[in-house]
Amino acid sequence: MVEKKVSAENINYFYGGNQALRDVSLGVPAHSVTVFFGPAGGGKTTLLRLINRLNDMVENTRMTGRILLDNKNIYDEDVDVAILRRRVGMVFALPLPLPGTIRENVTYGLKLAGMRDGHRIAEILEKSLVQAAIWDEIKDRLDSPASSLSGGQQQRLCIARSLALEPEVLLLDEPTSGLDPISTRKVEDSLQELKQLYTIIIVPHSIQQAARVADQAAFFLMGDLIEYRPGTEIFTTPRDKRTEDYITGRFG
Amino acid sequence: MARDTFEKELATLENSLLDLGNIVDLSIVEAVEILRKQDVAAAKRLIIGDAEINRRRFAIEADTLVLIARQQPMARDLRTLAAVLEIATELERIADYSKGNARIAVKLGTKPPLKPLVDIPRMARRGSEMLRNALMSYTRRDVQMARAIAAQDCEIDALYDQIYRELMTYVISDPRNIEDASQLMWCAHNLERTADRVVNICERVVFTVTGDMIELDDPDDCLDGDEPT
Repeated sequence: MVEKKVSAENINYFYGGNQALRDVSLGVPAHSVTVFFGPAGGGKTTLLRLINRLNDMVENTRMTGRILLDNKNIYDEDVDVAILRRRVGMVFALPLPLPGTIRENVTYGLKLAGMRDGHRIAEILEKSLVQAAIWDEIKDRLDSPASSLSGGQQQRLCIARSLALEPEVLLLDEPTSGLDPISTRKVEDSLQELKQLYTIIIVPHSIQQAARVADQAAFFLMGDLIEYRPGTEIFTTPRDKRTEDYITGRFG
Repeated sequence: MARDTFEKELATLENSLLDLGNIVDLSIVEAVEILRKQDVAAAKRLIIGDAEINRRRFAIEADTLVLIARQQPMARDLRTLAAVLEIATELERIADYSKGNARIAVKLGTKPPLKPLVDIPRMARRGSEMLRNALMSYTRRDVQMARAIAAQDCEIDALYDQIYRELMTYVISDPRNIEDASQLMWCAHNLERTADRVVNICERVVFTVTGDMIELDDPDDCLDGDEPT
């Protein structure tokens, strides 16, 4: 049996009176790229956020069900959210580099986590930037302001910043929505490398991107998980008519 | 994806495919009629006309690739375009068989025929009818119809066996008949292959609609049919 790194079990989620997820269960295999896709308001980003407890502080919400990371419920009382978020990193749609240099952006989290070993920090800096496919472009200007980078570079810097903390799971919420095709392709290519080391869950910005990167893909519609199958099948021969209608542009 | 644009461009593409289908369909019977009437001039015209069929096939391929690149279709739309590419190729190959039969007409020329042609024209008519119906099953997206047409291949195979055996008796009775008989065997063979290509088209119809890649030409299916013994 394939090892499930993350599992959602019977997740129901409510924003006030609105149900955003309805009895959703799925398992995310380790070392693969899993795609959550579907029209806006389908629940895909909500589920992504629940995996590192980003919705904890959102008022007037309620969740039932369990989310397991290595078979341990991340919503158990004894779970330290700060540690969870080191294990489960997240990259958002808009790159948000911190004020400061490229180097500081990547090493800030390490220093915050108490790391003082300069050699080790330099090692992780380079490794993270290499993994995020940006090292060659910026290695000679690590002390330039992060804000001087292009949008595509900033997004890859943010991915490197997440990778520096060596998470086990990487969550990406439309990470290339503002990027040009070349930067998009670089990020997508780096995902294929990164999955060797991490478990990746991505909400793509288009169906075409979903088809390009998915090892498996889950289609969400109005809070329901409609279909969850290998990427090689769902985009050519979807089983559910609603998936078919969505990916062929008949609605959404 | 802009559905209106996609559907409009797909409709144009499918019209070109059906136009090609009509030309190819006519060529099947025409080539055999030319052979029967020993009309060498018409045979040469058909051979030259094959270039136009090739041109149309490449135009369909180019238009399909443009549509894929511009609209990035998925699911059934993608399968449809894969089917268009495949069907255009099959049609072009069928036309090559017709061209092959026209070449046989040129080779046999106007010398007295070995025998009056009866079963070969019958085979051509059946093949042409199968192709027409297969293209109709494509436009209607009718899986049941596609399967039924594919099943008719047994009849073509049986006709081929019968023609082959009959021509062999001519060779056995007088070995000097071997050259003409073998030309006619090739003609029947081309028609048998034509029907096989039609079966491939039927398989593409099933794939377009259901997503299932299946073989429809299982020879075992023929054993239950009315194959002559």
